[in-house]
Amino acid sequence: MMRGKGYFFKWYVALFLVFLYAPAILLPVFAFNDSSIVSFPLKGFTTKWFEVLQSTEALHVAVRNSLMIAVTTAIFSTLFGVLAARASTRFAFPARRSIMGFIMLPMVLPEIIIGVSLLVVIIQLGFELSLFTIILGHILICTPFCIAILSSAFMNLDRSLEEASIDLGQTRWNTFWMVIFPLVMPGIVASLLIAFTISLDEFIIAFFLAGTEPTLPVYIWGQLRFPQKLPSLMALGTLLLVLSISLLLLADYFRRRGLKKTGIENSGGFL
Amino acid sequence: MTQPIIQLSGVDKFYGDFQALSQIDLDIRTGEFFSLLGPSGCGKTTLLRSIAGFETPSAGSLHIDGKSMDGVPANKRPTNMVFQSYAIFPHMSVAENVAYGLKARRLPKAEIQERVSEAISMVGLQGFDSRASHALSGGQRQRVALARALVLKPRVLLLDEPLSALDKKMREQMQSELRRLQRAVGITFVLVTHDQEEALTMSDRIAVMFDGKIAQVATPQMLYGKPSSRRVGNFIGMMNFLEAELLGTSGQTVEVDVQSLGRLTLPLSQAPGGVDGCQSVGIRPEMLTILAEGQTAEREIEAVVSEVFYYGDMTYYDVTLLQKDAPVTVTMRNTAGRKVLAAGDTARVGWSPVSLLLLR
Amino acid sequence: MVLISPTLVFTLLMLAVPLIMVLALSFWTQSYLTLDRSFSLENYKTAWTEPMYQYLMARSLKISIFVTALTVLLAYPVAYFISFHVTPKRKAMWIFLITIPFWTSYLMRIFLWKVILGYNGVVNGSLMGLGLIEQPLSFILYNQNAVVLTLAHSWVPFAILPIFVALERVDRSLIEAAEDLGDNRLRRFLRVTLPLSMPGVIAATIIVFIPTIGDYVTPRLVGGPNGLMISNIIELQFKKANNAPLGAALAVSAMAIVTCVTLVFVWMNRKFMRGPK
Repeated sequence: MMRGKGYFFKWYVALFLVFLYAPAILLPVFAFNDSSIVSFPLKGFTTKWFEVLQSTEALHVAVRNSLMIAVTTAIFSTLFGVLAARASTRFAFPARRSIMGFIMLPMVLPEIIIGVSLLVVIIQLGFELSLFTIILGHILICTPFCIAILSSAFMNLDRSLEEASIDLGQTRWNTFWMVIFPLVMPGIVASLLIAFTISLDEFIIAFFLAGTEPTLPVYIWGQLRFPQKLPSLMALGTLLLVLSISLLLLADYFRRRGLKKTGIENSGGFL
Repeated sequence: MTQPIIQLSGVDKFYGDFQALSQIDLDIRTGEFFSLLGPSGCGKTTLLRSIAGFETPSAGSLHIDGKSMDGVPANKRPTNMVFQSYAIFPHMSVAENVAYGLKARRLPKAEIQERVSEAISMVGLQGFDSRASHALSGGQRQRVALARALVLKPRVLLLDEPLSALDKKMREQMQSELRRLQRAVGITFVLVTHDQEEALTMSDRIAVMFDGKIAQVATPQMLYGKPSSRRVGNFIGMMNFLEAELLGTSGQTVEVDVQSLGRLTLPLSQAPGGVDGCQSVGIRPEMLTILAEGQTAEREIEAVVSEVFYYGDMTYYDVTLLQKDAPVTVTMRNTAGRKVLAAGDTARVGWSPVSLLLLR
Repeated sequence: MVLISPTLVFTLLMLAVPLIMVLALSFWTQSYLTLDRSFSLENYKTAWTEPMYQYLMARSLKISIFVTALTVLLAYPVAYFISFHVTPKRKAMWIFLITIPFWTSYLMRIFLWKVILGYNGVVNGSLMGLGLIEQPLSFILYNQNAVVLTLAHSWVPFAILPIFVALERVDRSLIEAAEDLGDNRLRRFLRVTLPLSMPGVIAATIIVFIPTIGDYVTPRLVGGPNGLMISNIIELQFKKANNAPLGAALAVSAMAIVTCVTLVFVWMNRKFMRGPK
């Protein structure tokens, strides 16, 4: 009986999940561990590392920078995403495939290449490195993800809905706001959340383009060298993990709601 | 006669090199139930969408209610459409869907409410007003689509394959309901369908289309009884064809030599598409009879049964007419006491010259 | 066309222009702070002949290939399990489960592998606790093995997804047909399921291979001196060594190699997609 179908797979997948989740599980374990060394055996429960975070001024600056960058990035990459997704799913234009392929390129390009090339341009043109330059880089890499999410939202849209609206006497402009926008709204929210999450966690581009003002990952990178800072970084990582997962669940919730609204069977998750 | 509600003349439509419509001349009369019938890709949907304003003809003119529709966008035309997918707005309730067009017209709230509930009850959806539209069945969605279009009191209602998404039983029910609705509101209906039975049962007149051209416009009886070409005859119902050779015309008659049946003189009225170029004679399977023992007919011919298809109420026989080996199908009603033949049996097939059609 | 323009213009300005400038820069030379803008192949000569760069490039390529192979091998059974052994209703949940760890802070995730693999780390601690070893294992951190393992962990969700999608597309009746025609379970898998899921495997390979060769953080954190990769040296040229042209030449060379390898995979993918049909 036990040697039935899938016996091997169950064990394999169980081990795989342990491997996959090992870092994510250790993060909160060490965040609440009452020891200044991040290693086993555990020494007892404490929340003091979270209190340390509260009193670290440099961290707060980095968080503010990152939030500002992430919000701006989310808005602009979603805006670019909406335009591109609408154009590519609804209209035919010359060289559509090549243009879309080019716009999606940052998704597969190694980030270091993007970081280096943006750095070169900014230095050659004599601009100062600033939060603004990081935003530009982040919009570049987030836009393809937004397009991927929004394209499926626009594609699920039955074209005859638009025609029905026009046929019933509505103008094109009103049709967009009364029919198309409400139906792709969940996709837009999901896109905003994904872009926000990616930007918040992005390190390489920020590392190359950050001037004097660090983002959160750049700050963390700087702190990883100091062993005494590690436990509080674990606490920080735990908070970030909780935040990311909440945002993701929220994004998925909106995606599902969107599917339900348009009456389409749910299939698969993100990406 | 009153003026036609829709007048098309010389309408062409090209997609690149592909010609979807070619030289369409068509008048649709006010208040009639008109069907555009043809196989998929024949241009019927393109024609309907041109009337609605979603396609712009490459050439020709289109008048609705005597007014040229040149440059008039879809939202300004006195037509409304029931889409194949119904295109019910999924984020709105039944009542919101039906009210959509009235709101676009900025009518007073009270009037909107009154007309919406009137339309909803007209299609038999009382009590469904606030139902979310994604929770509706196929038949109910169809009714919402109808109510949403009819509530605007259009001059013409355009229906694009409205029954194709329904199952057989629902389809038959909606056929009679559409007919009833059309009589009740008196609006001109233009229906696109590939289902000949649907077109025959519902329409006042039908236009049969092939390859972007209109092959014949006629009432259902004329279309079935007097198809203008072999292709139309074959598309509407079943038809047997026998090779025929024209021997000559004299006055109101034509003389032909038909495979297996021999030399015949037929009146010109039995060549509905004209005599010139006719190479075959068509006859409907139900116009042929397998004669029982002792039964006689105006004309008879010996045949051998090659296949038997038993349908319960009917039996379809594939038989080979002797002498010239012409294969034909004969349909017989299974009446009490009538023996069902088996493959290999010989049979006498009865026929009559009046049921023959000389076709191109 | 009007709709797409803003996005296209932005991508042109922020991607195409910078890439062209990097290309241009790689043909210039720099001594201290002055940039010589005359055309020169000097940087490429250095990049392709200097043993250190040759060695780093080869090592990066080797590590990437190992990571890709390991990742795809790890991912395939998981994708197969989700596609064939999980009820349809639960599939979305499983995919979600697979992607969650990816959303842990990127830096933290890699750093924690250092904690897991370290001298006093989780692995050594548990193995010693179980009495399996007496001395902590030192070959598991600060070398290429650690880099391969950590990168595989980072990218495995991205390998599972395309393989899963490809497996989902396999018509189940084809497998039943193979069974009906007398193939046993293994032969069914080898002759029907595996070939039909190949496009997913190749997509996974491309998705993992391209970013891993350019990874910067993993080699820095868990690689030790012998685990450094090409991107670490590129960063060094741009920042500390202050020889941006050489860095650009190295970056362009790395890109060229990645592109060649990717094109081979894309070509293979095309071949599989077309199939014998």
